[in-house]
Amino acid sequence: MVLVLALGDLHVPHRAADLPPKFKSMLVPGKIQHIICTGNLCIKEIHDYLKTICPDLHIVRGEFDEDARYPENKTLTIGQFKLGLCHGHQVIPWGDLDSLAMLQRQLGVDILVTGHTHQFTAYKHEGGVVINPGSATGAYSSINQDVNPSFVLMDIDGFRAVVYVYELIDGEVKVDKIEFKKPPTSNSAP
Amino acid sequence: MRTLAGVEDEEKWLAEGIAGIQHNAFFMHRALDANNLREVLKYSALMLSELRTSKLSPQKYYDLYMRAFDQLRQLEIFFKDESRHGLPVVDLYELVQHAGNILPRMYLLCTVGSVYIKSKQAPSKDVLKDLVEMCRGVQHPIRGLFLRSYLAQVSRDKLPEIGSDYEGDANTVIDAVEFVLQNFTEMNKLWVRIQHQGPGTVREKQEKERNELRDLVGKNLHVLGQIEGVDLEMYKETVLPRVLEQVVNCKDKLAQYYLMECIIQVFPDEYHLQTLEALLAACTQLMPTVDTKIVLTQLMDRLSNYAASSPDVLHEFLQVEAFAKLSNAIGKVIDTQLEMPIVGAMTLFVSLLTFTLRVHPDRLDYVDQVLGACVVKLSSVPKLEDARAMKQVVALLSAPLEKYSDIVTALTLSNYPRVMDHLDDGTNKVMAMLIIQSIMKNDSCISTADKVEVLFELIKGLIKDLDGTNVEELDEEDFQEEQNSVARLIHMLDNEEPEEMLKIIYVVRKHLMTGGPQRLPFTVPPLVFSAVRLVRQLEAQGGDIAGEDVPATLRKIFQILNQTIEALSSVPCPELALRLYLQCAEAASDCDLEPVAYEFFTQAFILYEEEIADSKAQVTAIHLIVGTLQRINVFGVENRDTLTHKATGYSARLLKKPDQCRAVYACSHLFWVDDPEGIKDGERVLLCLRRALRIANAAQQMVNATRGSSGPVTLFVEILNKYLYFFEKGNPHITPSDIQSLIELINTEMLSDNGNTTIHSDPFFSSTLRYIRFQKQKGGLMGEKYDLIKL
Repeated sequence: MVLVLALGDLHVPHRAADLPPKFKSMLVPGKIQHIICTGNLCIKEIHDYLKTICPDLHIVRGEFDEDARYPENKTLTIGQFKLGLCHGHQVIPWGDLDSLAMLQRQLGVDILVTGHTHQFTAYKHEGGVVINPGSATGAYSSINQDVNPSFVLMDIDGFRAVVYVYELIDGEVKVDKIEFKKPPTSNSAP
Repeated sequence: MRTLAGVEDEEKWLAEGIAGIQHNAFFMHRALDANNLREVLKYSALMLSELRTSKLSPQKYYDLYMRAFDQLRQLEIFFKDESRHGLPVVDLYELVQHAGNILPRMYLLCTVGSVYIKSKQAPSKDVLKDLVEMCRGVQHPIRGLFLRSYLAQVSRDKLPEIGSDYEGDANTVIDAVEFVLQNFTEMNKLWVRIQHQGPGTVREKQEKERNELRDLVGKNLHVLGQIEGVDLEMYKETVLPRVLEQVVNCKDKLAQYYLMECIIQVFPDEYHLQTLEALLAACTQLMPTVDTKIVLTQLMDRLSNYAASSPDVLHEFLQVEAFAKLSNAIGKVIDTQLEMPIVGAMTLFVSLLTFTLRVHPDRLDYVDQVLGACVVKLSSVPKLEDARAMKQVVALLSAPLEKYSDIVTALTLSNYPRVMDHLDDGTNKVMAMLIIQSIMKNDSCISTADKVEVLFELIKGLIKDLDGTNVEELDEEDFQEEQNSVARLIHMLDNEEPEEMLKIIYVVRKHLMTGGPQRLPFTVPPLVFSAVRLVRQLEAQGGDIAGEDVPATLRKIFQILNQTIEALSSVPCPELALRLYLQCAEAASDCDLEPVAYEFFTQAFILYEEEIADSKAQVTAIHLIVGTLQRINVFGVENRDTLTHKATGYSARLLKKPDQCRAVYACSHLFWVDDPEGIKDGERVLLCLRRALRIANAAQQMVNATRGSSGPVTLFVEILNKYLYFFEKGNPHITPSDIQSLIELINTEMLSDNGNTTIHSDPFFSSTLRYIRFQKQKGGLMGEKYDLIKL
């Protein structure tokens, strides 16, 4: 069982003061093995904070990130899954799932994690799964009118990935879960 | 008279003294065994004579005294048993007065007196009065002190308290109190006089040893606190006035400090509250060398705890006007003790404020009063430079922040900013950061423009350069931390009412614009997004705001936004400004304000053309422009054409060919929007894709030319994917044969390379083909479409 925290688009301090207190109290150091971050933190303080939760931090560049050295995209393997990470402002039209599917094929990954729209989605298509953890702070978005703070926790166990999405709605944390399985033999989509 | 002697000499004298006591005690015991009163008296007197020495320091004398004390216990037992010595105690009492020297005489007398009282043959009060008066005969400070201490010890259980065996008539308690008070007064005088003995060179050591004897004096106060029948009335009328009189009159720093502490610790808090005026008056009359701050702080601490013990107690505080009295006393102490350094005064204010916050937290006027007094004091010194004093002021200002979790409470204290003004610039900023941290920690929200105004006045050290500071001198990390804190703070300023929110934005903007080019990159974005959020809220809810219709207000806000982002040109940071312009453009589009949206796009393009030279930055910028433009639906045909033309043009002119290619095919989406009313210009889409293809070809040829081998086919596969995208969407200009040709092209390119294809494109092409096959066997309309593509 490998826990992977996926989050992004915090936009601190441009659009938000901090993560919601309820989220902060849930993100305890030492419980999570990897963090994958879609970008737009935007400042080093948030980077450092995420590192305290888990030192294995993977992050890609959002268009408002202070640190310009983050890569445009990244791939990594966890369990039997290949994951791809990209902020998403590079993929036009923004939030278009077919265009994201193309990126997924290009990166050759089972799960593509992407952001920018501040809207949680988990979408399964021929080429794999696209997950958008939304905005962890519920930051303003020109794309999405109604933003609730959200993040995703993935539990990856061999060929199985359970995706938990945590959303803060009207002051309460709501959890939902989706399961994905990857067929062991083929190198095609899960 | 003590000569300048070393420790060794003293040890010798002490040893001699002890030997003397033991020697005579031996014979005394023999006499006791033989019930020989005369011999007993003789040897006990001789023994007690050792206590007549003046050679010993206080500590050593104590040692000697204890030896004698032990022996006197035996003696008392003997005296008590009349059968052993045959004399009635009255006669015994008279007999011992014949002893030669006064000191042994007094010790014996006290011992017999103890027996006398126990026998109840005379009233306790009479005997005690007799003894305490006669002790006057011993005026030597050390000897007298110990003698009276002995008297206090043996009399302790024989006081005529209420309920004791020795209870007298109606005034019995007063008698007990009188006795103890008199003994106390005399003991204190003797104790104080110890310091005048001996040469000056050993005075410091003497002081230390004298200090160790303080409990001998203090014990009397403990006794007074324990006497049955001493009520508030008696305490107020008799006990306290007499004790305080001695404390003030003795004019001894050590004694005053110790005794005030003692009084505060020993007597109950309710008593203190009711005698507050007298206590405080005494405090103001103490020697200037006494650390009155600590005494007052102790008193206030005790009273604070008392207040916390039960809510009923609170009205007592109000009834006796505790706050006013304390406040006045502190003021008086500070005013009269002119040599008190500023840090001392500040410490007192901190204690008083702590007291006020604990006892009267709801009385903001009291809190403000304390701050006001502090301001007056600070104004009297030219400039605050003492670091410790500064620290106290910070503690003073932090206390209300910690107490009142809602920052707005602290903001109503009119003297708060005035105190802050007296801090030096560095500390001022530290304080400002503390204020912000308090707001963040408590998740406070400041929701009115005038409170925001007050807040920004308080934190002005962070907002702009104060006179004397130079931004260049600041540590970069510290500076960033400061500015990011200010940025975060802006999100804590919020009001659901758009009218008030707009006012808040005006206030914030006014302050932030004074920040200078180094601060703007940090502070402008949160302000912009705050305003854009308001725009969206207004647009959603419609209606009027402040008598003005919504579109007019929106235009006003966009004007402010434009001017605010424009200020970034002074930094300069064109990339950030471009992003903000695009955000505003999209917001304006959502509000149906075409000219405003167009203006923002114009500004963004100008920045792109004139200010963004870095090729990587250009790539991102053009993608942001295209991505935003793709979503905007407010433009009429002409405006739209102008902007898309510019976007495609710039895309094709990026430096690197692959970047050009990708930007151009991204532009294809400008001509096809999936909305029902969206533009669907299939022809121009195809033109873009073909242009991208040409660029990809050119790129391939360049790689061939420079490296002699084929480049990766990635770009072609990407374009193929785009062809498929629009094919699926139903673009009539994209035919299955177009797609087939492209597939063949890619195959050709891959073959010509003969195994030098990068791993990257191969799987990408394969997965694309796999996708095509998948769509084919999907069935339905999609399946039919894809069926036409021959692989």
